Amino acid sequence: MTIEATIRVVEGKKELLSDETRKTIDHWRAKFPEGIGGRRSTVIQALVAAQEQNGGWVSSELMDAVADYLDVPPVWVYEVATFYSMIETEPVGRHSISVCTNISCMLCGSDRIVEHIEKKLGTRIGETTPDGRIFLKREEECLAACVRAPMMIVDGHYHENLTTEKVDEILDGLE
Amino acid sequence: MSTVEDKQVETVTIEVDGRELEAQKGEMIIQVTDRAGVDIPRFCYHEKLSIAANCRMCLVDVEKAPKPLPACATPVADGMKVFTQSRRAVDAQRGVMEFLLINHPLDCPICDQGGECELQDLSMGYGRSVSRFTERKRVVKDKNIGPLIATDMTRCIHCTRCVRFLEEIAGTAELGGVGRGEHLEITTFVERNINSELSGNIIDLCPVGALTNKPFRHTARPWEMRARKFVGTHDCLGSHLYYHTRGRRIMRAVPRDNEMVNECWLADRDRYSHFGLASADRLTAPRIRIDGQWRETDWDTALETAARGLKDAGRDLGVLMSPRATAEEHLLAARLARGLGSESIDHRLRINDFSHARAGQARLDRPTRDLAEADAVFLVGSNIRQEQPILGHRVRTAWRKNGAKVMDLNPVAYDFHFDLVERLTVPPQAMVDTLGRVAKAAADQGGCSLPEGKIGKFIAAREPDSRDRRVAEHLHSADDGIILLGDGALNHAQGGWLRSLAEWLAETLDVALVILPGPANSAGAVAVGALPGKGGLDARDMLEQPRRSYLLWDLEPFFDLADPQRAGQAFDQAGAVIAVTAFVSEEIERVASVMLPLAPVPESGGTWINADGHREWLDAVGKPPGQAREGWKILRRLGDMTSVDGFDFATLSDVRDLLDELPPLESASTELDVPAETDADVLWRIGDVPIYAGDTLLRRAAALQQTHHAGPTRVHLHSATAKRHGLDDAELVRVSQGEASVELPLVIDDRIAPGAVWLPAASCATHELGASSGEIRVEAC
Repeated sequence: MTIEATIRVVEGKKELLSDETRKTIDHWRAKFPEGIGGRRSTVIQALVAAQEQNGGWVSSELMDAVADYLDVPPVWVYEVATFYSMIETEPVGRHSISVCTNISCMLCGSDRIVEHIEKKLGTRIGETTPDGRIFLKREEECLAACVRAPMMIVDGHYHENLTTEKVDEILDGLE
Repeated sequence: MSTVEDKQVETVTIEVDGRELEAQKGEMIIQVTDRAGVDIPRFCYHEKLSIAANCRMCLVDVEKAPKPLPACATPVADGMKVFTQSRRAVDAQRGVMEFLLINHPLDCPICDQGGECELQDLSMGYGRSVSRFTERKRVVKDKNIGPLIATDMTRCIHCTRCVRFLEEIAGTAELGGVGRGEHLEITTFVERNINSELSGNIIDLCPVGALTNKPFRHTARPWEMRARKFVGTHDCLGSHLYYHTRGRRIMRAVPRDNEMVNECWLADRDRYSHFGLASADRLTAPRIRIDGQWRETDWDTALETAARGLKDAGRDLGVLMSPRATAEEHLLAARLARGLGSESIDHRLRINDFSHARAGQARLDRPTRDLAEADAVFLVGSNIRQEQPILGHRVRTAWRKNGAKVMDLNPVAYDFHFDLVERLTVPPQAMVDTLGRVAKAAADQGGCSLPEGKIGKFIAAREPDSRDRRVAEHLHSADDGIILLGDGALNHAQGGWLRSLAEWLAETLDVALVILPGPANSAGAVAVGALPGKGGLDARDMLEQPRRSYLLWDLEPFFDLADPQRAGQAFDQAGAVIAVTAFVSEEIERVASVMLPLAPVPESGGTWINADGHREWLDAVGKPPGQAREGWKILRRLGDMTSVDGFDFATLSDVRDLLDELPPLESASTELDVPAETDADVLWRIGDVPIYAGDTLLRRAAALQQTHHAGPTRVHLHSATAKRHGLDDAELVRVSQGEASVELPLVIDDRIAPGAVWLPAASCATHELGASSGEIRVEAC
């Protein structure tokens, strides 16, 4: 499908993507079939790469850049970026933390963990610390680590059997 | 498609509510029940769109299935038993309805969709009378998606018909669903307009009041209006539509389904043009010029002045008809001209080259709807998306459904909504040469002999390159190939050559040739003889050899004629210029001596013949303002007053009866000049008519004029052309044709073929320039 006119509104925006990002996108692009369907399939990984380049979030400019680079209508990229919780569309802190508060974790005291983190960082769930260091993303639903509840996820890594001391250690270790 | 083995279509039998129905294997339940007239409620399903199955309103009870199934996404199976009215089905549908209404505002009294809303209708059948929902409803911020479509996205039920339409039919994918769950919103995300030329169709598709007609907004309720049949009057397809009227006024236009013509779609051009009828510059009373001053007068005085002008000219009269006139008007105008002794009448206003005997006339080897069946389409001089939006959709369908190989020969790499396997983008002065090369390639392939005479010699001297050969090859190997000539070929300064070459090419390659007639009712004009007869002058010669008097029918001299500069000179010299017009403009005031107020279509009825030759008898819709009169009545009076025979009829249907008794016109002969070799430094103009500038009514349709298709006029050049002519850094350039010149901003645009200057016709900026096709000079200023 051509739809040139639709893509033209983002023409030239691909300049915003770094060589590194482009390389990652090309790597993923090669895994999908030729054609517009394959390019559309690459959008998720392209956004993840763009997000990494930009320090944890993608601006609409960067989404346009992805659309331009993959030659797909920009709205397809917006759809994906706003659908998945791994993609941030607003500026956030360098590190992202989510604490599970689903049933198992709750029974094992996740509420206390959340309270402790909020107090320690001085921010509420959904906010970033003023120094831009930590983004306290959300209370997660079950992340399939009940066996070692309570747990939280920091920059994509699981931390389990949490205690307030352990949380302090993890948080203090973040740059 | 003769070589493709017939698909094995297996027939299965299903039972719906105890009734046996035949179905084809692979069909969905809803397709079978729709055909049988069994009613199943739905919001997201639409027969022309892909299946989304996301509204769940069409849940039905299927025997042995553990839960209700969506009828739109459940394929039939032999012996399947479906219950659409069972307790389980109806309970499921009621449940879905309750969910759909949870976040839907109950603002029907202030909603434009109220009274014609699918959600409202179905909630009468399936909804509860009292809501159990006491929580907060969600509210969605409104979007601005342009001048044509109003949004109230809080009302949206996320059926995604609009998203699917723009992606699948319009091919622009401008809308999407962003966010998820309760936060899902249908939007363009950043405030961008929807620019598709078919965008208005999402208004009809929207089952609720989320997308409504913006210029129509809050002006009438559905039950106050009457639907009147009409056709679209801006392209030669004549899309079927209804005008909804309240009292004297046309309030809006909606499509009228006809699979042969427009399916269920309507181009924005046909949907929004009628708003131009209410333009402030409507002419409401006859006017005559006395001592250089325009005075309003009564009909008798004005008609007497007009009749005197016509009679004085006699055989020196030139009649220029807008192709938007009805067949009856064309017929009577031709009768009037011939009665006065003049054979100089023409409706082919934008044509630059009349050397072909059938210049500006249609030739359709296949009906237009077959465009969707083709497996190879070669577009010659056609920006089909803009010229014929619905036919553009047909070509897209061929590409999408049959994988048709589409190729083009154009001076601009136009934006199409289909992929092209081969693009021959050459400047206008090279189009004949390029088509000749394709013809040579075809001749080489088929090993057939070249035609005799100039054309044969011309083709023999061409040297095709590999791309030309590939085009010929694709057409040659097609089972169902079509060569389509559009406006770019029709109005080309060497249009006769393009047409002759295309005719030969089609014959040689055994593919169908589709030459679309000019705009609007051109086919009707040809059918009733609004063409120059023996010794008469065509639209171009009439201006080159100034006439004593002119009759201008519903046209603006500097916008609707191929060469505004020459038109101005001719009209300035003329003794009398009688303008029958719906609108007053400075141009008409400058050239005319009498203005007679016209009720144009759709305010006037008559016969309309489309490109396929379908004849539509149309009743007038809406009432003209002031003293404006229907064209046939004006012509009847003029005929009476000039004592021409054949004007003693009483009603429009008397005139219609004459349409069948017409003797065929003597056909002219084709006389082609050998195209001269052009200097590499000579630039040619591409004088496309912008999509919303084609006629007097369109140019006054305010909403259309606010779209991006009607932006300010600029000169577009390829970067190589700019470099060659030292215009790299120029922001403003002076373009000149003959003695006329104008300064315009420059845009570097690599879609334009090098050696060409894209400068649209029918715009204020270019209304003093010369011919829309031919040489042009550009210099820095």
